[in-house]
Amino acid sequence: MSQIENVIEMRGITKQFGNFKANDNINLSVKKGEIHALLGENGAGKSTLMNILSGLLEPTSGDILVNGEKATIDSPNAANLLGIGMVHQHFMLVDDFTVTENIILGSEKTKSGFLDQKSARKEIKELSDRYGLIVDPSARVEDITVGMQQRAEILKVIYRGAEILILDEPTAVLTPQEIDELIKIMRSLTKEGKSIIIITHKLDEIKRVADRCTVIRRGKSIDTVNVKETSQQELANMMVGRSVSFKVDKVPSEPKETILSVDNITVKDSRGIEKVKGLSLEVHAGEVLGIAGIDGNGQSELIQAISGMTKVESGKITLQGKEIQNNVPRKITESGLGHIPEDRHRVGLVLPMSVEENMALQTYYKEPLSKNGFLNQGKMRSYAEKLAEEFDVRLQSVSEPIASLSGGNQQKAIIAREVDRNPSLLIAAQPTRGLDVGAIEYIHSRLIEQRDNDRAVLLVSFELDEVMNVSDRIAVMYEGKIAAIVKPEETSEEELGLLMAGSSLEKARASVENPTAEEETIHE
Amino acid sequence: MNVTAVLQNVIASALIYSAPLILTALGGTFSERSGIVNVGLEGIMVMGAFSSVVFNLAMADTFGSLTPWIGMLVGGAIGFVFSFFHAVATVHWRADHIISGTVINLMAPALAVFLTNIIYGARQTDFIKARFGFFTFPVLSDIPFIGPILFTNTSLPAFVGIGIAILCWFLLFKTKFGLRLRSVGEHPQAADTLGINVYLMKYAGVLLSGFLGGMGGAIQAQAIASNFSASTIAGQGFISMAAMIFGKWNPLGAMGAAIFFGFAQSLAVTGNYIPVIQDIPSVWLQVAPYIITILALVFVIGKSRGPAANGKTYIKSK
Amino acid sequence: MNDKRQTLNNLLVPILSVLMGFLIGAIIMLVFNFNPIEGYSAMFKGAFGTPFYIGETLRQTAPLIMTALGFALANIAGFFNIGVAGQALLGWTGSVWFAISFPSLPSPILLPLSILAGVLAGALWAGIAGFLRAFFGVSEVIVTIMLNHTSLYTVNYLIRNVMTDSNDSTPRIPEAASLRMEWLTDLTNNSTLHAGIFISLIMAFLVWVLIKKTTTGYEIRAVGLNPMASKYAGMSTKRTIIVSMLLSGALAGLGGAMEGLGNFQNVFVQGAVPTLGFDGLAVALLGLSNPIGIIFAALLFGALKIGGSSMPLAVGVPSEVVDIVIAFIIFFVGANYVIRFFLERNKKKTAGPIEKHDSDKASGTPESLSGTEKADKKEDKE
Ligand SMILES: Nc1ncnc2c1ncn2[C@@H]1O[C@H](COP(=O)(O)OP(=O)(O)O)[C@@H](O)[C@H]1O
Ligand SMILES: [Mg+2]
Repeated sequence: MSQIENVIEMRGITKQFGNFKANDNINLSVKKGEIHALLGENGAGKSTLMNILSGLLEPTSGDILVNGEKATIDSPNAANLLGIGMVHQHFMLVDDFTVTENIILGSEKTKSGFLDQKSARKEIKELSDRYGLIVDPSARVEDITVGMQQRAEILKVIYRGAEILILDEPTAVLTPQEIDELIKIMRSLTKEGKSIIIITHKLDEIKRVADRCTVIRRGKSIDTVNVKETSQQELANMMVGRSVSFKVDKVPSEPKETILSVDNITVKDSRGIEKVKGLSLEVHAGEVLGIAGIDGNGQSELIQAISGMTKVESGKITLQGKEIQNNVPRKITESGLGHIPEDRHRVGLVLPMSVEENMALQTYYKEPLSKNGFLNQGKMRSYAEKLAEEFDVRLQSVSEPIASLSGGNQQKAIIAREVDRNPSLLIAAQPTRGLDVGAIEYIHSRLIEQRDNDRAVLLVSFELDEVMNVSDRIAVMYEGKIAAIVKPEETSEEELGLLMAGSSLEKARASVENPTAEEETIHE
Repeated sequence: MNVTAVLQNVIASALIYSAPLILTALGGTFSERSGIVNVGLEGIMVMGAFSSVVFNLAMADTFGSLTPWIGMLVGGAIGFVFSFFHAVATVHWRADHIISGTVINLMAPALAVFLTNIIYGARQTDFIKARFGFFTFPVLSDIPFIGPILFTNTSLPAFVGIGIAILCWFLLFKTKFGLRLRSVGEHPQAADTLGINVYLMKYAGVLLSGFLGGMGGAIQAQAIASNFSASTIAGQGFISMAAMIFGKWNPLGAMGAAIFFGFAQSLAVTGNYIPVIQDIPSVWLQVAPYIITILALVFVIGKSRGPAANGKTYIKSK
Repeated sequence: MNDKRQTLNNLLVPILSVLMGFLIGAIIMLVFNFNPIEGYSAMFKGAFGTPFYIGETLRQTAPLIMTALGFALANIAGFFNIGVAGQALLGWTGSVWFAISFPSLPSPILLPLSILAGVLAGALWAGIAGFLRAFFGVSEVIVTIMLNHTSLYTVNYLIRNVMTDSNDSTPRIPEAASLRMEWLTDLTNNSTLHAGIFISLIMAFLVWVLIKKTTTGYEIRAVGLNPMASKYAGMSTKRTIIVSMLLSGALAGLGGAMEGLGNFQNVFVQGAVPTLGFDGLAVALLGLSNPIGIIFAALLFGALKIGGSSMPLAVGVPSEVVDIVIAFIIFFVGANYVIRFFLERNKKKTAGPIEKHDSDKASGTPESLSGTEKADKKEDKE
């Protein structure tokens, strides 16, 4: 009886931001004790829907039923009282506080006016033992691993007595081992009768943990399916809205001379932790080298080192025969580097500046855009107009702020700027993150075009299919080193997944051929 | 003068100059812990000083020796009201914190001198009759050596300030209110998701800073200046801010730094009697708090700029 | 795009702020039984009523333009240089010190060099904050506040102990170092008007050229708006920080030099850093960090200051009412979100739904000068 009862029913939820409908008449029902996946591309509206359920946002219209009764969830407190708790995509932890302080914040117990941390710690200990949520209650959040931060987040929710847990992209930041841990924790939670909504856009995870899955596309709910009866391909098609090939048209590559050579470099991150540990790789003219890996394995530091944003502690980087390690960024750029940075808003663009000024960001100091220290604004304008035309950047005028362009068009503007300088090496870091399918295809074809023009392309992406489809060779990065270099036609996502998790190539090959060898491998 | 007398003099005058700084620095701590930068402490002190003097002049006959203490509370109350501007501007009207604070600093002396002009027909007030004066602790002053140095003819407001600092430390680090206040200054969104009223906490932080800063100004006026004019508060608000930073946004640290800065300020006045110190050009003593703060920022505190979300406007999305 | 409407709003914000500031001033006068119409007309007469007053107003305007330009330039680079007051004081002292140290030099040499001494003093003083920010990441707000007080005590000490023998003011500067010009003095019935106003107007134009037309200005704007992206684009953020602070201090120092060589003709012990600094900050905020806006805002504040000093005698209103008006004007400029909110809402009523718009920062920010508006900073949320 209680098995089929819906603990949550969201009916016809619409959420409007200005004129934009982030959620458009979405329906979602969650049964008691199930793990329900919410699947959708970046920007589909998953987080928005869950923020509504957890009281952070108010829906423009629609009803929410909790345990069959209509509920008004107008604040996180209201959600809390109804037993709904959410672990946000970007953790909501106070870095400066201890784990305990973070967990009790907002529902503190006091003893004669003072915080009663002792009994809180005891209670946390009990919960943490019960569900296998291992944390160090007195450690400060900024000192613990991402995995432990996530467990602290989950504890925070359980501490408040939540029966319905929402996890927003919980695996994006975890190592494979931590993902396994998380899955165990989720199972132990549902065993106790709790229900879980997990947001993700990773199909294999859904197959691994979820009972049912609701697919959301561009703010609309497409369908709810039983995961067991649905193939990954079917899920993918529902998510994207057409049958997806994910294949990029390209002729086989003809690699030529070495353009970039990274030789045994080590790099530390801003906190002084060594993130790149004696890494070597080469990229040739006329090839795309893709770097696959889980976020946080040193990819960002590697790119920053090549582009001169971070100090290289030891080792050598050679670009077209010239040593460039620890040069200032401009010198490296001028030696032939083009760079599509990972974070286009923070790093790639000056958002309040106009499109034309952004297009000039790398070349403003040279003729024809300026002379003797004075800008030539006419040339800046015509240059920007030419680039916008060539790279299909949709805009009303090049004098509008680049912030008013859509994400895809902003990214195209960056690509235009970087590619037009004819760099011998083009670094593309997460070049399609958060973009729609059309823009993704366009950007992929541009990257291939660069390769065909005998440039070297270094692609870094967390999306395995992107790496598989665009690259000519794939270097898997694990803990600051290249774990293996494989050819896309000779590997599979499963094999890459294992490599990214630290297996050796032989072991990975062996276990892909013989899936039963490993306990919790991917279904299908 | 014998050693005891010199020490007594130095410590007492250091404490006299510290008292306003301690309270105001504590005020700044609350504001910034809630994430609101408050460069308007100077202006808040001006309002506290002005209102306490007005009260003192009017009511000294009624309240006698209690007058300065009540005047201190009046100053606190006016500071509280005045800081409301800063709270509304920064929390609800999304004004830049530094601009709003600067407005407070522009507004307060103008308003206070304007009102002085209206009430007294001059740009400064008369001298008050009921001052804080000196205080000798009963019992404690009898302790050999320490008693005469620390507890004789000294500044009672400073000891009250030290007591308040200790209270503030407990409030900030050991109570529910403190935990919530700090969470709002560090990560308002996290606090929001836990059902904490972010705006309310920020108001609390700013209004507390107004109350404490107003009391600080009142002490400055009633213990040191003895009247009110445009120059009654001359940089003490900024020194208090420095003390807060120097004390790393911790009430006890801020108190310690405030005492140190009070000491430096007092040396510029009393230093003439002390060997060695009297040879240092007074300008060094005057600028010491400022230079030390800059050096501390460069070498000790560095890039850690206090609460993580300090100075950022929090916009709740709905 | 709604460029036009936003430009209009950008202009409406300061205009409405001024009106509301005056309105509050009027209310205050009413509350204290003064007639605001009489008060304001006394102020207006005291600012523009005779050639003499016009001269005084323009004289007051000149250094305000300079300190405002100084503040604005740093602001465009992303720094809140609250230290223009101290930089102006040092510029003032430096120029006077130089002038009285070399009294026998001929005017064509002494005057420019004295000005230069002031400019350099201001630049170096601000440069300290720039240097510490660039290399140690120390907040320029705190450092410049601390330097303001340091400059005050240092200057007072120098005047008493180095420049004079225990006097509270230095001797007058030699005639050869004076910015006063006979024809200006004659034209304005012996006002203290001096050549500073022309220098200020020229500097406003030069700053405009620098910001809008040069690669250095482009770098300053880019670093101010997004230091990370500027660094990626190969700009040296450290250099830009230091350059903009040096220029900012130089402009403030020039403003101070005008006080020394033009208005007062000496330097004297003061109780606080000159209000010129904070007034300049106010002017820059009201002028939206735009040189043209700054000229108008400085003229307004110059008139307020000079006109305000006529109010006590003419109608018995304390001149501080003017400072209250100024503070409120800046308050509204700073809290422009509210004004924009109401403007948008009115537009919405008349023109149907509009795009979401969350300009959450003061409009005294650089983009107003670069002609672009702080557009919606919507992040791509994954
Ligand atoms: N507070 C907001 N204001 C305006 N737009 C928003 C806001 N939050 C999200 N959006 C937009 O709504 C869409 C859906 O976002 P989100 O729910 O975060 O997507 P998902 O979690 O599925 O990746 C995105 O286009 C995003 O830019
Ligand atoms: Mg999301």
